[in-house]
Amino acid sequence: MNLTMISKSLLIALPMLALGACSSNSETDAESTETTKAATEVAAEATADSTVQTDVVEAVELTEEELLVQEYTYAILETTINFAFDKSLIEPQYTKILDAHAKYLMDNQDKTLTIEGHADERGTPEYNIALGERRAQSVATYLENVGVSSSQLELVSYGEEKPVNFGHDAAAHAENRRAELTY
Amino acid sequence: MLLRLLLSFSIVIFSAQASARLEILITEGVNSARPIAVIPFKWIGKGPRPQGIADIVSADLQRSGQFNPISIDKMPKTPSNSSNIDFSLWHDMGVEAIVMGEIRPAREAGKFTITYELLDVVTGNMGMPEYSPILDKRRFTVEERKFRHLAHTVSDYVYEELTGEKGAFLTRIAYVAVDRKSTHPYQLRISDYDGYGEKSVLRSKQPIMSPSWSPDGKKLAYVSFEKRRSQIYVQNLYTHKRELMTSFTKINGSPRWSPDGKELALVLSKDGQPEIYVLNTITKELRRITHNRTIDTEPSWTPDGKSLIFSSERGGRPQIYQIELTSGKTKRITWEGDMNLGGTITPDGDNLVLVSRHNGDYKISVQDLDSGELRTLTKTELDESPSIAPNGSMIIYSTVFQGKKGLALVSMDGRFKANIPAKNGEVKSPAWSPFLK
Repeated sequence: MNLTMISKSLLIALPMLALGACSSNSETDAESTETTKAATEVAAEATADSTVQTDVVEAVELTEEELLVQEYTYAILETTINFAFDKSLIEPQYTKILDAHAKYLMDNQDKTLTIEGHADERGTPEYNIALGERRAQSVATYLENVGVSSSQLELVSYGEEKPVNFGHDAAAHAENRRAELTY
Repeated sequence: MLLRLLLSFSIVIFSAQASARLEILITEGVNSARPIAVIPFKWIGKGPRPQGIADIVSADLQRSGQFNPISIDKMPKTPSNSSNIDFSLWHDMGVEAIVMGEIRPAREAGKFTITYELLDVVTGNMGMPEYSPILDKRRFTVEERKFRHLAHTVSDYVYEELTGEKGAFLTRIAYVAVDRKSTHPYQLRISDYDGYGEKSVLRSKQPIMSPSWSPDGKKLAYVSFEKRRSQIYVQNLYTHKRELMTSFTKINGSPRWSPDGKELALVLSKDGQPEIYVLNTITKELRRITHNRTIDTEPSWTPDGKSLIFSSERGGRPQIYQIELTSGKTKRITWEGDMNLGGTITPDGDNLVLVSRHNGDYKISVQDLDSGELRTLTKTELDESPSIAPNGSMIIYSTVFQGKKGLALVSMDGRFKANIPAKNGEVKSPAWSPFLK
């Protein structure tokens, strides 16, 4: 999944969550102990009378992912960097993603990032292992230049052995030329 | 129970017999081959006739690209021994040689005695008593389960007698199969060269790459990602014993056995970019061979074991170079095409087999080392991993046809071609074994 797709789905999901949070706040968290007491009385009354009934809802806590987004922008959710044919240069549209991961790694010195380098199927498997590593290295160098400690980075090249698109056309090849970031 | 236990590990080494999943489909080159008659061997005994020997010999000879066995229904007669043969009948059909034989129960229970003869039709047709038409004649006593082995042996004798070159029918191939529906999708498999007797010798959840046969045919070196990183292992095919060879940081790749079976040429990137090293498999002494700021990979030994061929980007795009191990003297050996990769020198030392990129297509090619002339052998676009038969007659490689990754064969002259599609999943990274006898 690419960045725009993730962002779009979040743009829809987040306002809904926010709405949920507002309504729950006015009903529970914001109310004082006295009000809660009163509510209990009302509830007791209601049980006796059964004309009205009240209930509570669970507080909405941000998910781990939402907290990450809050701190490091949506770019932190993106973990794939694609490359041009035979190239390991990081294209400008990916710097936002790498900057987000760099900040995360600098804030969390105990975390280790594995950078997997991948190639398309063209050329020999052995040469593609070398190309995959060059891509992983290119990502590592960028992160190190931003300030990430090299001890937090691990490199592994899978060459052409783990395609995400099993096709054999140009679109499949483009999708398979990538570096993947995993914690 | 044992199987279930093993399956809980990420790696399984097993040796259950699997049915033949590879089948060689000849696509080009039959018409240019030499006509030969392989007559069904005559059963001289009671009960059902044991099957198959002549069929296997016939298929072997056809798949060599050198011979065109005539079909049985076109045979004027089906004699089983050389006495009283009317050679003119065969000569008129243009048949050059006749393979025939007899099968009878041996004195020892469960065994059979098989005789085979190879006849030269031209000599026979001349009818001169001082020149015998019998080129070869042998007798074997074997169990029925050894018939396939015996048939390949007969093919080897016929091929050597008629071409002057040793046959490579009693050989095997190792390759990687990827079956994404399996719990262990990556499998290292071995079969006879013709796809029979296929067995998985390693099954993994993570990729397996670059199998390389030891010169004695008993071990395979390969790359495994079972620890989520590349490592080089050597596995004994007869004992299940597996030994970890290298596990350095970053790339551990492209192992190739030296001709004397003592060392492995391999690629490590522990010191920066991928470089060629030689590892002594017994002492584990490691020697760095290349020193360069760009990619050096795909080492392959020259037949004399004195040099390595490898791919390097030192001149820009990857090309093939040769380095002499004692002096370190390096020379570039490919000049044509956008890029050249995956080079191996043929067993006779005369040619370089490689993957050459022209106009964006990757094709198996062969370069004459004396003249430098480069010939393209294939018509497909995504060829890789060429491996040469031990007699230098044929190349097995991996390619994409009909949208699927599979294996293919091409003769060294490019005239004979065959596809070996996988029945399920994909197959790649073929490695042809050395002579096994």
